[in-house]
Amino acid sequence: MAMSQALDTSRAPSRWQDFLQLLKPRVMSLVVFTGLTGLVCAGQPVNPILGAVAILCIAVGAGASGALNMWYDRDIDAKMRRTRGRPVPAGRVQSADALAMGVVLSLFSVMLMGMALNWLAAGLLAFTILFYAVIYTVWLKRWTAQNIVIGGLAGALPPVIGWAAATGSAPLNAWLLCLIIFMWTPPHFWALSLYTSEDYAKAGIPMMPVVAGAASTRRQILIYSLLFVPICIVPAFTSLGGAAYLTVAGIGGLVFLLLAWRLFRSHAGESSDPRNDAGLYDVRAGAKDARNLFAFSILYLTLLFATLLVEHVVGLPALELF
Amino acid sequence: MSDPSRETEAETKARRGRNIALGLGLALFVILIFVVTIVRLGGNVAQRPF
Repeated sequence: MAMSQALDTSRAPSRWQDFLQLLKPRVMSLVVFTGLTGLVCAGQPVNPILGAVAILCIAVGAGASGALNMWYDRDIDAKMRRTRGRPVPAGRVQSADALAMGVVLSLFSVMLMGMALNWLAAGLLAFTILFYAVIYTVWLKRWTAQNIVIGGLAGALPPVIGWAAATGSAPLNAWLLCLIIFMWTPPHFWALSLYTSEDYAKAGIPMMPVVAGAASTRRQILIYSLLFVPICIVPAFTSLGGAAYLTVAGIGGLVFLLLAWRLFRSHAGESSDPRNDAGLYDVRAGAKDARNLFAFSILYLTLLFATLLVEHVVGLPALELF
Repeated sequence: MSDPSRETEAETKARRGRNIALGLGLALFVILIFVVTIVRLGGNVAQRPF
């Protein structure tokens, strides 16, 4: 607490861009994309203005979660190279202002979603914000190595919110999209943490490589990848994805598994590698395979959702395999 | 000696930027609520009992 007060009194003048940064715009863009995919895949015509309002609510809700996360995590953010430049630890925004912004925007996004669309979507949005800000940020992140596995639910829910906004219901296909993102999260974040684990260790965050070691993390990445790729194929069997989706999911899935296998066989994240003193995001000799899987995981998820989006916008028929 | 209570030029500029952003945000909020109300009411907007 004393540290945060010291930060607050020595701060630079807050610019509006600093408050925008509290909303984590890059995370917000991914959430908007997956939420839009859910809304479009629901297949029910939505007034374009109300559809845009639903996406705005999802974006603002995600941004509010980001602000609440930065408010609570200001102590550990200050210790990590990746996050010490954020507005609160850098002293450009007072922690109380970040909290106020997070609370106000949370209420705004949930209330607007409820009044403009429906209360199921609003309830799911409220749950997502609370899950990320309270369950993940306050509890899981500092307590268990399974933090990003369970916490990944918050990042996986936007397609369900989008679907619920369009139809007022959340059928199995909506939860399938949620499951895809949920199962994608562990290999994605653990691949990243294999070459940023020193930073997490410094802040005392129990990320998997810090707690269980690099070898165990690489093995778990492979196991999750083996579960994740078949799940990505499933939409082709549930009248959600078409031939293009099946092709992208199949070929991309094989590449994903190949990269996960290479990572499993590598020495990525081994602290004994003397070359591991390079910069935070530099490609260290042992971590190239982790970097490759991390980068491809983003591409793969983007392609999966983009293909579904295009198929539904263009009106391509879903496969009827059963 | 400079007065510590006086704002520096950078602080004034930052405050002005924040005020403009807040003003625009509030204006957008009002417009958004108006548009959503009209869309939700649809054709019923002209069906008021006088």
